[in-house]
Amino acid sequence: MKFLSRKATCNSHGQDSSYFLGWQEYEKNAYDEITNPSGIIQMGLAENQLSFDLLESWMANNPDAAGFKRNGQSIFRELALFQDYHGLPEFKNALVQFMSQIRGNKVTFDPSKLVLTAGATSASETLIFCLANPGEAFLLPTPYYPGFDRDLKWRTEVEIVPIHCSSSNNFIVTKSALEDAYQRAHKRNLKVKGVVITNPSNPLGTTSTRQELDLLLDFVQDKNIHLISDEIYSGTHFNSSPNKFISVAQVLKDRNLDDNSELSKRVHILYSLSKDLGLPGFRVGALYSNDDTVVSAATKMSSFGLISSQTQYLLSCMLSDQKFTTHYIVENQKRLKNRYDIIVSGLRNAGIGVLPSDAGLFCYVDMRHLLSSNTFEAEMELWKKILYQVKLNISPGAACHCTEPGWFRVCFANMSEDTLSLALQRIKDFVDSTKRGDETRGASGSSRYSSRSVMSLTKKWVLRLSSNGHEPER
Amino acid sequence: MESFTLSKIATNNGHGEDSPYFDGWKAYDNDPFHLDENPNGVIQMGLAENQLCLDLIEDWITRNPSASICTPEGVDKFKETANFQDYHGLPEFRNAIANFMGKVRGSTVKFDPARVVMAGGATGAAETIAFCLANSGDAFLIPTPYYPAFDRDFGWRTGVQLLPVHCYSSNKFKITRAALEAAYQEAQDANINVKGVLITNPSNPLGRILDGETLCSLVSFINEKNIHLVCDEIYAATVFDKPNFVSISEVIESNNTLVQHCNKNLIHVLYSLSKDMGLPGFRVGIIYSYNDAVVSCARKMSSYGLVSTQTQHLIASMLSDNEFIDKFIKESSRRLSRRYEVFTNGLGEVGIGCLKSNGGLFFWMDLRQLLKEPTVEAEMALWRVVINEVKLNISPGSSFHCSEPGWFRVCFANMDDATMNVALERIQSFCIRRFEAEKPAKRNIIGGRTLG
Repeated sequence: MKFLSRKATCNSHGQDSSYFLGWQEYEKNAYDEITNPSGIIQMGLAENQLSFDLLESWMANNPDAAGFKRNGQSIFRELALFQDYHGLPEFKNALVQFMSQIRGNKVTFDPSKLVLTAGATSASETLIFCLANPGEAFLLPTPYYPGFDRDLKWRTEVEIVPIHCSSSNNFIVTKSALEDAYQRAHKRNLKVKGVVITNPSNPLGTTSTRQELDLLLDFVQDKNIHLISDEIYSGTHFNSSPNKFISVAQVLKDRNLDDNSELSKRVHILYSLSKDLGLPGFRVGALYSNDDTVVSAATKMSSFGLISSQTQYLLSCMLSDQKFTTHYIVENQKRLKNRYDIIVSGLRNAGIGVLPSDAGLFCYVDMRHLLSSNTFEAEMELWKKILYQVKLNISPGAACHCTEPGWFRVCFANMSEDTLSLALQRIKDFVDSTKRGDETRGASGSSRYSSRSVMSLTKKWVLRLSSNGHEPER
Repeated sequence: MESFTLSKIATNNGHGEDSPYFDGWKAYDNDPFHLDENPNGVIQMGLAENQLCLDLIEDWITRNPSASICTPEGVDKFKETANFQDYHGLPEFRNAIANFMGKVRGSTVKFDPARVVMAGGATGAAETIAFCLANSGDAFLIPTPYYPAFDRDFGWRTGVQLLPVHCYSSNKFKITRAALEAAYQEAQDANINVKGVLITNPSNPLGRILDGETLCSLVSFINEKNIHLVCDEIYAATVFDKPNFVSISEVIESNNTLVQHCNKNLIHVLYSLSKDMGLPGFRVGIIYSYNDAVVSCARKMSSYGLVSTQTQHLIASMLSDNEFIDKFIKESSRRLSRRYEVFTNGLGEVGIGCLKSNGGLFFWMDLRQLLKEPTVEAEMALWRVVINEVKLNISPGSSFHCSEPGWFRVCFANMDDATMNVALERIQSFCIRRFEAEKPAKRNIIGGRTLG
């Protein structure tokens, strides 16, 4: 329709076709232990469903938070009317405290530098609106969260230039990869405004090393650009060694830089409670910056997506209960580690390796040896076999802009342990049958999915506007 | 140097917070009135909040603990609700919103839940619709006076311009076809691409509803020019007196020959619970479009401002309780009507008139006779006196882009009765003093009659 804007009619919302198809197929045939035991198991959804019981029991013990009450007095009216874009002070205080706890209390955050937004999606977009003009660019290490193609680019009209990372060094960002990306942007006449990393990484599940963070800081300082660190998975690091997750905030602090230094003002952190607490429905996002102008502009922009005061209040009570948060963080990490161990050993059993990782709600699985050829067409072919025959919805690396075919992101925290075991059994059976040279023909039949039809189907999905309501999964 | 590293949007004044509309707020923040603790403070009359019926809502919540996902009665829904981030929204939420919207319009029209799209409050809804309908540099026509923050909502990050359609008190600020055509022509002459018209009905700041004839005329205008009509109906349930509110939905679904051939793809409604229910903190913004492509695009964009599912769940329960809604809408109108009468009668007693209105959370006060001269400067001078000496934060008409100086928007639903009495007394004393200070010959003989 020419009556609408360009944004409305283009496809820059970037909703990836494979997610779309995977979701659709899952919804048509969703696994259920009792009613549909041979259905598709959802492993493409980076949700944390492991620790709801801890939240529910907290609520049972804290009825005031639910009942709009503070110290037994009703504050309903105050909350109903509260729309100050500075956010509920007790919530921001509790949130920065929680962020600090997650980082082993090695850094502290100032609530006046925190801006609340309706979810991480809003936080990312808002930050880009503050830092870049249309046509400017950000560098992102690959593979990266597919939703960034929408969140960072769509309405802002900003470009993403990938920093190519390779499995040969576990996808760690190198100086030459950074310089190469910067040059490629330059060749395209794109002004680079910054680098965006996700730490811990989605889809890799790895945490940035100190060397990487130092390298990134030196790079952005040298080029006079910004560094955005999306730390949405910071509370999901499960390695028992406390130093494993290093936030960029910590590295800045270790350089003895004060918050007013030029470099400190160029580093911005994104956060959310969608992954650590498993509350994506509540839309709790935040951005943190040492640059007053950014905080001021972002605060005003947050008017377009504030967090419901009802939710701010509930969570302010929960997160100020330090006894609870301490217990939650530890227990949640234990459960994630347990799941990670199960999936890694289950995959190993099937002769499938994973990228060693210590965070996130997923692992990055190496299925290159199962490809018919080292191509993305073969990756798509394998993905479809896994979807239709093995009945697992996992995420192909191409969707995350990975430069090497054959890697898949597999989520492990959004199902019961029994379901996970079943999924692992199915993978093992599939690999065994492939080894036997005898492709299992499921109800869908693999003959429908010849390479040619796969490619034409791919084209159709890419052109089609998504009608599916699901977020490209983080 | 610093500003080169940030965006233009971050460093320009597109947020509009440097306007006087916000200055008054600052005066209030520095010295807020409190009946006991600060009886000489500034009374906030610049904030269009509906505080009159929160008791009814609070009572409902207390009686319906399962509407909360955190109470023992409702916690079995906690996990699935907290986990749900589908941008279609909870089905029960969309159904309840569609139901409520219909009831607020006297059940004259039914709304389709599949067209209900969430947004981050009304603010998010306005910005999103602009992103869907227009490109940077395009324009929307908007009748004056209008809500100041539309400049930010529609234009800050989108690059869309708002061009005024001038309306005057001589015909009660009616939106005339001639004014629309003139504004459109002016844009054409300046090579500006007009994408649509934005109206607020009931009007902010006027508090008046648009009559059927004006609505038909608007529909016929946009249809002829093939441009969009965005109707912000955020104050729909605040109508407290006849004539009854007529929504754009009712108009386009009617059999009126003027609108029969209207292209429904051009019609979009913005809505929210912030005014009708007095729940601005809950950030419930809605876009309702008759255009499928807009519904689809706005829905994807709603990812940037979804309503918390905790709130969706609560609202879904509340707005499906038809007995409660019917009582609420009726009682809310009654309380608003009473407030309006107390103020306008009180002002009439001292010779101050208001534009006759029947909706909104404010009235449009006529202080033209108190201006030293009919200019914006004189209006601002008078306004500063009212803020600093009378200690009332009311909003000057110029901040609403009003074409005539001397009008002020006064909010009446955001305070208790005691405060209301103090505010009224202060305005009355001020006006009496001002009239006495002038020579009798200069005094305007309109007296206490309300206009229109």
